[in-house]
Amino acid sequence: MDQRIAEVLTAIIAQYRDVPGGLLPLLHALQEALGYIPAAAVPAIARGLQLSRAEVHGVISFYHDFRSEPAGKHILQICRAEACQAMGSRVLEAHAKQRLGIDYGDTTADGAISLEPVYCLGNCACSPSVRLDDEIHARVDPARLDTLLDSLGDGGAR
Amino acid sequence: MSLRLFLPRDTTAAALGADRVAHALSLEAGRRGLPLDLVRNGSRGLFWLEPLLEVEHGGERIAFGPVTVDAVPQLLRALASEPAGHPLFLGPVGDIPYLRSQQRLTFARAGEGDPLCLDTYRALDGFAGLERALGMAPQDIVDAVTESGLRGRGGAAFPAGIKWQTVLDTPGQQKYIVCNADEGDSGTFADRLLMEADPYQLIEGMIIAGLAVGATLGYIYLRSEYPRARDILEQAIAGARAERYLGANIRGSDRSFELELRIGAGAYICGEETSLLDSLEGKRGMVRAKPPLPAIAGLFGQPTVVNNVLTLAAVTTVLEKGAQFYRDFGVGRSRGTLAVQLAGNIRRGGLVELAYGATLRQLVEEYGGGTYSGRPARAIQVGGPLGAYLPESQWDTPLDYEAFAGIRAMLGHGGVVVFDDTVDMARQARFAMEFCALESCGKCTPCRIGSVRGVEVIDRIIAREEPAKNAALLRDLCDTMEAGSLCAMGGLTPYPVRSAMAYFPEDFPEGASGKLS
Repeated sequence: MDQRIAEVLTAIIAQYRDVPGGLLPLLHALQEALGYIPAAAVPAIARGLQLSRAEVHGVISFYHDFRSEPAGKHILQICRAEACQAMGSRVLEAHAKQRLGIDYGDTTADGAISLEPVYCLGNCACSPSVRLDDEIHARVDPARLDTLLDSLGDGGAR
Repeated sequence: MSLRLFLPRDTTAAALGADRVAHALSLEAGRRGLPLDLVRNGSRGLFWLEPLLEVEHGGERIAFGPVTVDAVPQLLRALASEPAGHPLFLGPVGDIPYLRSQQRLTFARAGEGDPLCLDTYRALDGFAGLERALGMAPQDIVDAVTESGLRGRGGAAFPAGIKWQTVLDTPGQQKYIVCNADEGDSGTFADRLLMEADPYQLIEGMIIAGLAVGATLGYIYLRSEYPRARDILEQAIAGARAERYLGANIRGSDRSFELELRIGAGAYICGEETSLLDSLEGKRGMVRAKPPLPAIAGLFGQPTVVNNVLTLAAVTTVLEKGAQFYRDFGVGRSRGTLAVQLAGNIRRGGLVELAYGATLRQLVEEYGGGTYSGRPARAIQVGGPLGAYLPESQWDTPLDYEAFAGIRAMLGHGGVVVFDDTVDMARQARFAMEFCALESCGKCTPCRIGSVRGVEVIDRIIAREEPAKNAALLRDLCDTMEAGSLCAMGGLTPYPVRSAMAYFPEDFPEGASGKLS
C-alpha cells in the first residue's frame, strides 16, 4: 500500500475505532479523503474495528455510495426515479450516456466524469434532476445537461 | 436604510439558480451603492415560484418570482420605485393563494427567516414545546402525544404515542431516539424541506422525545443524497449545543440529551426502520425480523424510538399547543396535518400542508394546476415507489390512511407524482420490480428473487409472449411477495404493479390485464 494511503488509513481508523457503529462514518471519511476505498484497506479496517474482513467487505459492497475504484474528477448522477421519469429522465439518461460514451458505473476515458444512477434527490417538484458533484440541478433537459458539462471545461468530453 | 431581502438557500431554490441570483443581487446592489441586507431563508415550498425573492416593504413581505439572474437589475430598480409594476410581482407572500389556503402547523416557520438563526426560531415560538416538556413528567408527555392522535409520518402510520409508551415502559441501560431522515421515496421532499428550512424544530422534537421516554442520546440518519440538509443540520446541531439545548443540563435543567448526525450511503432500504438500525450499527442495512420491536430491542439492542422527521417535528406543535389543538385537524383516525408533496409532471409543484381529508383531485388540480406539460394527467402515484398508480376514477379518494388502504393504495409519506398521457404503464410496472431488485436487502426470498423474476415476467408480457399465462404468473408472484416478504419493500412492490395492470389494461397486451387483489 502507498505510504500516503497507509497514513490516512491509520489516522481514520484511530478516529473511528471507538465510535459505536463507526464503520459507515469511517468508510465515508476514507472515501472522502482518498476518493475510493482501496481493497488493500479492508484488512486494516477489519483489525482496527475487530470485525472480519468479510464483514467489512460486505458493508462496502452493500451500499451504492462506496466505491472500490477511483472515480472520475467529477461525478454526474442522473435521477432515475419516478418523478423524474414523469418529466423525461429516460431521454436525459440516454443523452448523457451517448454524449459521454459510457454507461452507468463507468468513467470517461480521460478520467473526467463518472456517470451514476441515483434514486431521488428530493428535488421532485422541479424534475428532471441531476447532481454534479455536490450541486443539484433542476429541470435538466439534454440541452441544459450539455451546458452544464460544457461549463466544466475539462470534463465536457464528447 | 438598507433594503431587506429574503432569498431561499434550500436545495430546490439553489437547483433553480438561487445562489447565482443572490450573487447577482449583491453585485448589482454594490454597483448602485444600495445597502442590501440579504437573508438566505428557507423555502416556503412553493417550488414552482423559486427562486422566490421577498422584500420587506411597508411592514409586509412582498414576493417576486421566479427570479432569474437577468431580471436582477430591473428588479432592483423597481424595488426603489414601483414594486407592484414589475412583471414578477406576486404581492404579499402570505396572500399567494397556494400558501394562504394551507393549514401550516409543521411548516408554519418555513421561509420566515434564516433557518440557522436561533433568535428567529425563538421569536416564532420555537422551543415553546420544549419549555413545557421540561416541566412535565415523562408519562404526561407521552400521554399528550397519544391523545393528539399523531401517527408516524414515514409511511406506516403507526401511532406515535404507543411506540413512545413502549419505550418509556421498557427498562434499558441507554435508550435512543433515532430520526429516520432517509427520505428515499421518489416524489417526496418534505423531510428535506423541514431540515433545510426549520432544522431546530426537528432538534426540539427529538429532545422532547428523549425527555418523554428517558433517552439521552439521539441519532439523525440522513441520506447522503441531501448534501445541503447535511450542511444545515451540522450547523444547527452545533448552534443548539452552543446555547445548551443539547448536552448536559438542557437550559439549566437536570435533563440531558446529546444528538449526532449520521449519513447513509445510498441504500433505499435503510428507510425501513430495522434496516436503518443495522446501518447505524455499522452493518449492511439488512431488515430485521420483528419481534422484537425496536421499541423494546432497537439500536444496539436497547429500547429505541424510531420516528420520521415530520413525526418528531409535529411533536413540538402537540406540546406547544396541546393534544386537543392537534387532534382537531384531520378526519377519522388520521389526525393533524399531512404534508403533501406535489411532484413529477405538475405545473405548480411544491409542498401543501393540509388537514387530512382533502382529495387527491383538489390537490393536483387546485394546487397543482394540472400537468407541467399541459397534456392530460393520466396516472398519479401516491406514496413513493411502493405506492399504487391511480387513474382518474380514484382521484376523489380523501387523503387519509384508511381511505387509501380501502382502495388498495397507500398514502405513505405523502408524495404525489403525476404522469401525463404519454406514460407507458407497462414500463412503470416493470420499473417497480426493477427498483425492488436493485434495492432489496436480500434477506428474504420473495423480495430478493421475486423482484428479479418479476422483471423477467413483465418483459415477457411486454414482448407478447403468452401474455395471459405470464400475467397469471405475475399475479401469483405478487401474491407471494405481498404475503411472504419480511418488510414493505417486497410486500408493497406489488401495489404499483397490480394497479398498473388493473387500471391501465390498455398498456398491456390483450389478456394480460389484472385485478387489484
